[in-house]
Amino acid sequence: MSITVKDVQHVARLARLHLSPEEEAMFTEQMNAILQYAEKLSGLNTEGVQPTTHVLHVSNVMREDVVKESLSLEEALLNAPEEEDGQFKVPAVLE
Amino acid sequence: MSLFQYRLSELHNMLHAGQASVSELTEESLSAIARLDDKVNAFLTLNEEGARADARALDDKLASGASRGLLFGLPVGVKDNIVTKGLRTTCASRFLDNYQPIYDATVAAKLRQADAVTIGKLNMDEFAMGGSNENSAYGPVRNPWDLERVPGGSSGGSAAAVAAGEVFFALGSDTGGSIRQPASYCGVVGLKPTYGLVSRYGLVAFASSLDQIGPLTRTVEDSAYVLQAIAGYDAQDSTSAKVDIPDYLSALTGDIKGLRIAVPKEYLGEGVDASVRETVLSALKVLEELGAVWEEVSLPHTEYAVATYYLLASSEASSNLARFDGVRYGVRVDEGGGLLDLYLNSRSRGFGPEVKRRIMLGTYALSSGYYDAYYLKAQKVRTLIKQDFDEVFKKYDVVIGPTAPTTAFKLGSQTEDPLTMYLNDILTIPVNLAGIPAVSIPCGFAEGLPVGLQIIGKEFDESTVLRVAHAYEQHTDYHKQRPQL
Repeated sequence: MSITVKDVQHVARLARLHLSPEEEAMFTEQMNAILQYAEKLSGLNTEGVQPTTHVLHVSNVMREDVVKESLSLEEALLNAPEEEDGQFKVPAVLE
Repeated sequence: MSLFQYRLSELHNMLHAGQASVSELTEESLSAIARLDDKVNAFLTLNEEGARADARALDDKLASGASRGLLFGLPVGVKDNIVTKGLRTTCASRFLDNYQPIYDATVAAKLRQADAVTIGKLNMDEFAMGGSNENSAYGPVRNPWDLERVPGGSSGGSAAAVAAGEVFFALGSDTGGSIRQPASYCGVVGLKPTYGLVSRYGLVAFASSLDQIGPLTRTVEDSAYVLQAIAGYDAQDSTSAKVDIPDYLSALTGDIKGLRIAVPKEYLGEGVDASVRETVLSALKVLEELGAVWEEVSLPHTEYAVATYYLLASSEASSNLARFDGVRYGVRVDEGGGLLDLYLNSRSRGFGPEVKRRIMLGTYALSSGYYDAYYLKAQKVRTLIKQDFDEVFKKYDVVIGPTAPTTAFKLGSQTEDPLTMYLNDILTIPVNLAGIPAVSIPCGFAEGLPVGLQIIGKEFDESTVLRVAHAYEQHTDYHKQRPQL
């Protein structure tokens, strides 16, 4: 299996990345090399092997639903690139 | 005489006895940075005024007779993917160039509680992705042993700052070897604790199932000292482990008689430089003389580790980095299009090439039709790699091998070929996949460059790992040698 420029463009859209034609060409070549290398896993028999989703035997952590102080508006917006009336401002989604 | 010749415990005692002040230690660190960092480029942000103010407050605290924390007065550098309240945290990315955290990571809070002095934030590969520290948006870190060579990555700034004598110790993070490999290249001690032992709350996530914070220090005792202060359960980290924290310092007995060492044949085989292999075999001889016994074993799935790692780590990275969208923090590139254009442009300008490469790879591996073939398959192979270790640890106390197949390579020599660069991590990656602890310690030199010895232990058995490392260190002087800068 090999990756085409079209595949790279599709994945870039999914990943919310805009790539230049040079980047598309570079990533096509590099992703092909890396995925070709990763193909070696397909030769390994993993029938009946449980996937490791977590190395420790942990379970979901729950806590009591206690009311606590939250971030102040100023703190929450401290790093906002653009804000208005105490809210993060983004371009209009609907015209 | 430089205060950098003392161990952390000695400095602690000297401060207590009034033979040095916290302000003196802090000034020594700041002046070393002023003298050396133009060459090394280890620091991204200096906390000069804050560190001086903290030092004065700690000197007052000492004078008042109040109780002192474990790291009292010791200047530390913190990798720039660990958030520090009010102190710029960039992850070495343009995306976060002006990011001011509003909270402390748990380890940053623990450093504060232990009375350490945070000197500044250390350079790294962007978002911790890389094995050479050439992927920083703020320029590469240089290896203090040879400024034309890489310090290793991604905690290259942390390793280089300690090796150069700019700080007394540092914190790094290790996802596939990012503490141990730069420790090896820079001739310092780098410990990756068991997954879950040190809280990841406030560590900017790269691959959440693999990331772990740990210390970079000049000696093994220092490493135990710092681990004591930062280990422990944290309710704010859902993957934090509820385990008792032993006294790591008391584990450093120097006695390793009868210790059983496994040496995987895959760790000394093809791809490992002859000079590195010889150096590691000499180190095993030292351990033998101290009463340990070693035998060759096999970790048969080692050859699959790099492929497994890059599929899993990239998949997790693509998911974790989805939060960088230019809305709530970081870079925003708004060129008048809609919201989607804002996302696309902000991410495209904000991320560097290695980060984009991994996001692309991860998005592909997780996309419809490929999930089973790549992501799920890699998770199953991860199980086999962990089982390899479980099997060996039934009979042996530690696994030992080189940390990296080569010594530090020249800057720019591998940047065009990501796959070759990824293969540098072949000896460190299996440890992250299995979630177990490992340390890299200096064990000699090859053509003037440091070689690292990797000691791998059972889950939560940092005490044995550190005991073996310390015993070796007591009978060699490689850790005392310093680069000439």
